[in-house]
Amino acid sequence: MIRAIIAVPVLQMLILVPAVTFEVKRIDLAVIDSDRSQASRELIAKLTGSSFFVVTASPSNITEAESMLFAGDADMALVIPSDFSEGLAGVTRPRLQVLVDAVNATSAQLSWNYLVQVVRDFNREVILNKGTPAGISGGSGAAAAGSMTPASSGGTIASAGSIPGLSVSPRYWYNPTLNYKYYMLPGVLVILITAIGLMMSGLNLVREKESGTIEQINVTPVMKWELIASKVIPFFFIGLLDLALGLSIGWLAFNIPFEGSLLLFFACAAIFLVAVLGLALFFSTMASTQQQFLFVAFFFVMIFILMSGIFTPTESMPLWAQQFNWANPVAYLMRINRMVMLKGSGFHEIAADMGMLTVLAVSFLALAIRAYRKRA
Amino acid sequence: MDREKVIEVKDLVKRFGSFTANDRLTFDVYRGEIFGFLGANGAGKTTAMRILCGLSRPTSGKVMVAGIDASRRPEVIKKRIGYMSQRFSLYEDLTVRENIELYGGIYGMTMKEIVPRREALLERLSFTAYGDTLIGSLPLGLRQKLAFAVAVFHEPEIVFLDEPTSGVDPVTRRQFWEMIYETASRGITVFVTTHYMDEAEYCDRITIMSEGRIVALDTPSALLSQYGTASVEELFVKIARPQKTGV
Repeated sequence: MIRAIIAVPVLQMLILVPAVTFEVKRIDLAVIDSDRSQASRELIAKLTGSSFFVVTASPSNITEAESMLFAGDADMALVIPSDFSEGLAGVTRPRLQVLVDAVNATSAQLSWNYLVQVVRDFNREVILNKGTPAGISGGSGAAAAGSMTPASSGGTIASAGSIPGLSVSPRYWYNPTLNYKYYMLPGVLVILITAIGLMMSGLNLVREKESGTIEQINVTPVMKWELIASKVIPFFFIGLLDLALGLSIGWLAFNIPFEGSLLLFFACAAIFLVAVLGLALFFSTMASTQQQFLFVAFFFVMIFILMSGIFTPTESMPLWAQQFNWANPVAYLMRINRMVMLKGSGFHEIAADMGMLTVLAVSFLALAIRAYRKRA
Repeated sequence: MDREKVIEVKDLVKRFGSFTANDRLTFDVYRGEIFGFLGANGAGKTTAMRILCGLSRPTSGKVMVAGIDASRRPEVIKKRIGYMSQRFSLYEDLTVRENIELYGGIYGMTMKEIVPRREALLERLSFTAYGDTLIGSLPLGLRQKLAFAVAVFHEPEIVFLDEPTSGVDPVTRRQFWEMIYETASRGITVFVTTHYMDEAEYCDRITIMSEGRIVALDTPSALLSQYGTASVEELFVKIARPQKTGV
């Protein structure tokens, strides 16, 4: 048990934080170069030089490229038509075709954006070198994706070259290097204590039902709140301990910034733990076997975590989902953790979320005490 | 005879849906006696005992335990009784001493009261060597004796024992009954269910239940002469006659 209490947070942080990411780091590109000119070679060199793209194949025709997308051997196929260099010279309008495997819509979108950036760069150089404002226009198609289109088909790629003088340089606040780990780590910490809070205490109470010790307790004058407290308190501290462990791992292994107040961070986690422990004990008063309890608890863990906004912003969820999140303690802590850790938000910024979390904690705990029956 | 009644049961009925587990039970238990509750498996002994302990709500009828109404104020009764369930129910991952401390504490005893009484108890049971042993690693006979000792550790008025000797060897059973006698001699009323008929003869009075009803209630000797049988076992077979359930 003690080994699990220490090993679980360490492993979870070390595995989940680097693994759960939407970053696209390597795009396998199949290139059909029908032009075979200096210009087309330059474009390909520019793509492979960007660190995202790896040319894994050079199919001879579009059918072959499509079957590579279908088989998953390529993430993206780029078709350079035979009149590409002529087009750049101003004879015709130069065009490129891109096919993207959009089974994973997010990575398809990102890959497309990366490609557009590289082509835009390339285009600007062409314009600067030759002085001819020949824009490349491209057509993209989402392959093997049904209705998911990664980007509007046939969008004109080139445009930067045509608006000289206006340059936009974004500055990303609170996570300047757009490090995905910084975004995920506060969320993984929440997952960690959710699992501990929702599983361990509830299982403990149901196990007492199974072994029969609970009957001996029920025949004593112990008060219901005393019994529930005895099941909350140990796991409350185990949860906080694991949170501290997880946070230390984040600091040691991932060098996560911590902008806000540690005290506030742990205070919110403490309220959250009371909420999930109360809910777990409520479930366990209804279950008579560990199996029943685990089934229910696992269901709620999944729902709470996936709807909490850990991967996708809650604001873009359907209205009913946002309404559900009023009663989802994980959603509150998810937001609080990120705000406190990355933005350094203080009490005033998170007071509303903290208040709601407190309401949930009190309600769930009261529910558990009420539902517990000392006699049938 | 103006002996004090510690348990008064009148027309107790307990139904689970359409099944009647206890059908109009009426009996009294006097202070300091050993009251045996006999019956085949499924006769309704455990159900009745759970109601007396405040673990289960009676459907109807009057149940007074230690002068308190069991259907209205079960939590008050719980302070005055001890209970040892059919299933072994001390914490196996705590030591002998820790279990005693836990239950002593639950009944409101302070460590100052618990420690000397605990050590005296371990001494009396020759358990001192096992004091820091996890319950889970003790043999069954020792565990049962310990469970009984824990059930009376807070000096209750009544102790309820639900088939306390099932599964233990004859030597341990004998020692167990010596503990029961010793407890009764301290003035604690012992309410015990059993299906060992020889044990019934150790009781001051016995009740025989069959299919949710009380079919006999008196001292063992009075019942034997009334039905003209030589042993309680013979008597039981003669009058209990379970129709659906086998022993």
